[in-house]
Amino acid sequence: MAEPDKKHVFDDPRNVKRVIYALYVVCGLSLLLDLVIHRHVDHPWEAMFGFYCVFGFVACVVLVLIAKEMRKVIMRGEDYYGD
Amino acid sequence: MTSLAPFVIFFVGAALVAVTQGVLRSVILLTIPIVGAWNLYAMADGTTTVVNLFDYELTIVRLDRLSLLFGYLFHLATLIGVIYALHVKDRVQQVSSIIYAGSALGAVFAGDLITLFAFWELLAVSSVFLILARRTERSMRAGMRYLIIQVLSGVILLTGALIHIHQTGSIAFDYIGLTGLASWLIFIAFGIKCAFPFLHNWLTDAYPEATPTGTVFLSAFTTKVAVYALARAYPGTELLVYIGGAMAMFPIFFAVIENDLRRVLAYSLINQVGFMVCGIGIGTALAINGAVSHAFNDVVFKGLLFMTMGAVLHRTGKMNGSELGGLYRSMPWTTGFCIVGAASISAFPLFSGFVSKSMVMVAALEEGHPIIWLALLFASAGVFHHAGIKIPFFAFFAHDSGIRCKEAPRNMLLAMALAAVICIFNGSYPWVLYSMLPMPVEYAPYTISHVLTQSQLLFFSALAFCWLKLAGIYPPELPGVNIDVEWSYRKLVSSIFARLAPLGIAAHRSVFDRWRRWLDQFFTQIYRHHGPYGILARTWRTGSMAMWTAILLATYLLVYYLSH
Repeated sequence: MAEPDKKHVFDDPRNVKRVIYALYVVCGLSLLLDLVIHRHVDHPWEAMFGFYCVFGFVACVVLVLIAKEMRKVIMRGEDYYGD
Repeated sequence: MTSLAPFVIFFVGAALVAVTQGVLRSVILLTIPIVGAWNLYAMADGTTTVVNLFDYELTIVRLDRLSLLFGYLFHLATLIGVIYALHVKDRVQQVSSIIYAGSALGAVFAGDLITLFAFWELLAVSSVFLILARRTERSMRAGMRYLIIQVLSGVILLTGALIHIHQTGSIAFDYIGLTGLASWLIFIAFGIKCAFPFLHNWLTDAYPEATPTGTVFLSAFTTKVAVYALARAYPGTELLVYIGGAMAMFPIFFAVIENDLRRVLAYSLINQVGFMVCGIGIGTALAINGAVSHAFNDVVFKGLLFMTMGAVLHRTGKMNGSELGGLYRSMPWTTGFCIVGAASISAFPLFSGFVSKSMVMVAALEEGHPIIWLALLFASAGVFHHAGIKIPFFAFFAHDSGIRCKEAPRNMLLAMALAAVICIFNGSYPWVLYSMLPMPVEYAPYTISHVLTQSQLLFFSALAFCWLKLAGIYPPELPGVNIDVEWSYRKLVSSIFARLAPLGIAAHRSVFDRWRRWLDQFFTQIYRHHGPYGILARTWRTGSMAMWTAILLATYLLVYYLSH
């Protein structure tokens, strides 16, 4: 094969951890900015503290949980349609 | 100077591509979109080109701000697609992709319904070769199903158009609005190509079965022609707001559990078109601008994502999330371009989706659709989840699949780089795009509130993914098929026919006889209601001949399909 087995950036689990910690930090910072910045709102729901943070998190969790349940109902074998 | 109808350059180009080979063919392929764009640039605003055919004056070119934007977009998409496919040595694919792009141009510049219909069907017939060219049993079958549904859309469009022409006495393709049978038929025809809910499955069925380069072309044209047609004929139709909302929502659930990564992108294509359809339904200047600019950005970033996945398929021969992973080691450039595409579709600040999608969302709130706004917000978080994270993660990161391959070919990298640059340019400096939109733009995307709220939404969506993954809740990539609406015609109808078969051919015949009698009665009724008098009656008969031909074609295809 073309390349020798050299070390790549995510072969080191510490680098994966670093990415995750960086995500925690930007999440925390963006939430804190909600206290500092007076956001322009078009709708009263938006005005709640951390609305977009909570919505983004909850929406994705709900999405995945529903999709997982859907799998039980609609998933079939790869050759279901016979091709 | 004189200028040519845009599609003519493409059709002549396609003929030249068919008879040349080697370097010369590549040069011609590259020249077509460049000469085409230059020709378009030279055309004055408001140009119309009229051709007489029998009793009709066909407007084969109608140039205004709306059609011009799509015109430029399709030239750009062709250029990117051609560069991406330069290594391909398959004449059939090269010719059909150019005819396909030319048909898309023909359709968006069509000023009358007859011209529109002609290009509408040509889009279907030329594009199917990009699916068949994969040359597998699966792609043959998917291609046939695709063709049946696309031709059906054309048949419905023709029926609606003929009734509309008969009623209004004009063949012009302008605002129609939902008013009667004709307008509903045209609406449904557009809806099929636009992948409305329940009419969408042809897209997720066929696009992932096309060749790696073919899907890039397919993702650019068919649905965007339909978006254009809706924007032309049905702006402000409230039903579209709800259809668009549903389109933005439902595909993301399928995308999360889908294993074929190009099928994930096909679902996310429907999700993005949902934003456009919703914008057209809202119909205000802001919303229409949002829909059209998002169509522009979507062609580039969705094309980019399909290109990165096509490169993976080209190099590894695999496309299932369950078989891929860790490819960032072998394909670092492709990985980088995929991340740019992912950031753009997710609407990260400084990437193209950010400056267009939000126009539709703000318009939804302004026009009093808070529930739709919430649905779109949910879809925004969801699209980041499945297209923004899932696609790059399962292809290039996740666990190491052990696959070591070469980086994508140079021409593919160049096409991806070009698309990535446009994504970043439009996202960071949207004013060039804004200056081309059909309505004056008063929207400022880069406010502190917008940057902050969008970042919060995306960061916390990523956090959710991270948590679900670490906690072991996230569903693993599994090989399998997920049942969708296609089940009704791939399983149900086939099984009904299979049961009918033992009853003998006589039973079949009586069913078909009944259908024919019913159709005869249907047309007799139409004649009775609309009368054989007046000058239009002649054309109606010709039209009905054309319609019969189209129905026969569709029936033939259906019988062909069911008997296999």
